[in-house]
Amino acid sequence: MVAPASTSTIDLVAKFPDSVTADTRPGYTGFIVNKAKLVEVATAIRDEFGYDLLTAVTGVDYLAENKMEVVYHAFKTTGGAGLTFKVQVERIDPIEVPSLIDIWPGVDFQEREAWDLYGIKFTGHPDLRRILMWEGFEGHPLRKDWKEPFFEEEAKPFKSRWPDGKHTFAENKNPFRDNLNFPANFDPEKYEVTGEEDLYLSLEKDSLKDVDGNMKTEHIVVNMGPHHPSTHGVLRVAVQLDGETIIGLKPVMGYLHRNHDKIGERNTYLQNIPYTDRLDYFNSMSNNFGYVTTVEKLMKIPVAERAEYIRVIMAELSRIQNHLIFIGMLMNDLGTMYTPSLYAFEERELVLDIFEAVSGARMMCNYFRFGGVVRDIPDFAMQKIKDLVFDRLPAKTDEMERFLNENEILVARLKGIHVLNAEDAIKYSVTGPVLRAAGVPYDLRRADPYSIYDRFDFDVAVRQNGDMMDNYLIRFDEIRQSLRILEQAIKQIPQGPINSQKAAYQVRVPAGEAYGRIESPKGELGFYVVSNGKPNPYRYHVRPASFVNLTAVESMCRGTKIADFVALLAMLDIVMGELDR
Amino acid sequence: MENEKLSLPNYSIPEDIQNVVAVTTLDRLYNWGRRSSVWPLMFGLACCAIEMIAAQTARYDMARFGMEVMRPTPRQADMMLVSGTVTKKMLPSIIRLYNQMPEPKYVVAMGACASSGGPFKEGYNVVAGIDKFLPVDVYIPGCPPTPQALIAGLIKLQEKIDKQSIKHVTWYNKEKKDGNYVPMPILGPDLIDVRRNAEIRDVAAVKESA
Repeated sequence: MVAPASTSTIDLVAKFPDSVTADTRPGYTGFIVNKAKLVEVATAIRDEFGYDLLTAVTGVDYLAENKMEVVYHAFKTTGGAGLTFKVQVERIDPIEVPSLIDIWPGVDFQEREAWDLYGIKFTGHPDLRRILMWEGFEGHPLRKDWKEPFFEEEAKPFKSRWPDGKHTFAENKNPFRDNLNFPANFDPEKYEVTGEEDLYLSLEKDSLKDVDGNMKTEHIVVNMGPHHPSTHGVLRVAVQLDGETIIGLKPVMGYLHRNHDKIGERNTYLQNIPYTDRLDYFNSMSNNFGYVTTVEKLMKIPVAERAEYIRVIMAELSRIQNHLIFIGMLMNDLGTMYTPSLYAFEERELVLDIFEAVSGARMMCNYFRFGGVVRDIPDFAMQKIKDLVFDRLPAKTDEMERFLNENEILVARLKGIHVLNAEDAIKYSVTGPVLRAAGVPYDLRRADPYSIYDRFDFDVAVRQNGDMMDNYLIRFDEIRQSLRILEQAIKQIPQGPINSQKAAYQVRVPAGEAYGRIESPKGELGFYVVSNGKPNPYRYHVRPASFVNLTAVESMCRGTKIADFVALLAMLDIVMGELDR
Repeated sequence: MENEKLSLPNYSIPEDIQNVVAVTTLDRLYNWGRRSSVWPLMFGLACCAIEMIAAQTARYDMARFGMEVMRPTPRQADMMLVSGTVTKKMLPSIIRLYNQMPEPKYVVAMGACASSGGPFKEGYNVVAGIDKFLPVDVYIPGCPPTPQALIAGLIKLQEKIDKQSIKHVTWYNKEKKDGNYVPMPILGPDLIDVRRNAEIRDVAAVKESA
């Protein structure tokens, strides 16, 4: 195991005395970099200090100080703690920050998101379009002075909606009596739709020219989605084709953009937990885990010993059912409609029974609390977990492998297709099983252990080829490792309280910032939370794995066939709730 | 109650042919066929879609009600199951899908989001309920509804189908040519519902003078 390096050992200020200062605000860490020197400093961070994986980029709007901040979180793929660096710019349009896309191409979508939601222009970004909202949308919604149509009050809990015994509806406070807001003197009949020329232009610009070079062929653009059975929800992909070969590809998202960030900044800390359930809706337990870990970091509170074990048990069960479904869905997309996924769902139901027994809900568990969990595991549920972990799941995993792994069609469709090499995977900030299948043994449970993962004996699943077959097989490896962790956790789990804190409707969170991350079944799930001491987070940002992993798709697909793309989407294991938030 | 009478016509059948002859009404036969083969549009929006899939698997098995044939194309589907949060960006696609479905067609709003916006109602990109645009037949509460709740909702839809009569249904009405066509909303500075153009213009003008 790599010894975790703390941020203090890196003396960025000594190296760049004129352009870097340490962030000295109480509760904050990292460095503030001068905007003019950002590219130079970032290059040094990557090349000289070895932070090769830039996972999170996001904006923060400090309205009172009249500043806009861009926060970067860089990590090493060899493990250890990360480096946070920030750029501050004055909050006067146009807000411009140099793009880091040449240093870490993985920032592509995240910079576009910051442009879309904060209006921060990243100069040098080749394709700076809106990503979650549509072109032509009025305003940048995450700015603190931007109010949504149903705006009621700055922060929850709201004052009574029954001031004189009568219920008032949010609709009635809006002049359009709906979730709408138009600029003054707007005339819908004279409005000219800007359309999607920019999308198609960028598709044209980035496409390969002349695949074989001999014959001149007409290129066609195919839009897959947002309603398409293989896109796992409402993703849309604009593909430029030369015959059946993909020569250019742009994902279009935001069809499930449910404004988690904006709503989360209005909620109290506790109210956000059920919202995190709905991010990656296959793994509500993991999402809870990521969020409470981050806020606990900020609150500096311990977690009850028994609760730590319960958390690990739930997170690993969640991982197992996620991977089983992944396998089922991959088979669906390869054409074996339903049968394997029926097997997968059978096991999933048993895991959901456990979730229901402990939390009361099948899918949206809302189970974790700051300092522990909300309820203890009842005895019958513990027995169910034991039955599953020691008997049923190992046998069923073997069975699944026996049925599928050597199937000729499956091997033909997966082997050697869509190879992602380790270098590219790191470059595009890919995390999770996809990165490990490319040969990088980077698993946060080992690389930067959180909770009590350092107590368990398990191997980081890793494969070497980075093709679809390895991506498929690594899921089985991970199920086996999760079972190993579960076996140990079940044996070691102590008796005791399940929460270190008293139950409370509101928690006190000291001012400061925290970036917490966990190894969710899809990759690194990060939460960036800024507190200003009030009951609501000042900034609440989710760094979803699906969203960033999708950055690599474009380069992986060029020159391959369109039919394989369907399988690729399944292989990346994207979930729209998390992707669009 | 009129339908009930129609379904039980008062004909006496001679005893010796009671085993081979059954008398029913055309309505009842027609509705029996339709209610036992409601094909949903294969269309998942968000979290609820996962419970919709779960309802199709072995434990809950929607096939028992003739609803297992999910059609990815709207042109072969009878029922649109709006399973999740409807966002403004997605709405034009949903309306287009609905308009492409042949009559008779039904809409089921599954879960809190599709019914009213649910926990995300205050979000700037969220439509507060699909019923602002499409005629919803059945609302299913829950966040997400369990597969049992979904099946209960679909049984309610079957009950609704049972009560329809060829005489009155809109899709044989020659005067109503474009049936349930819903005009496409436009994505402008915000979502433009073209049916409300005049209202939007007037309110925006008031905003200017204020």
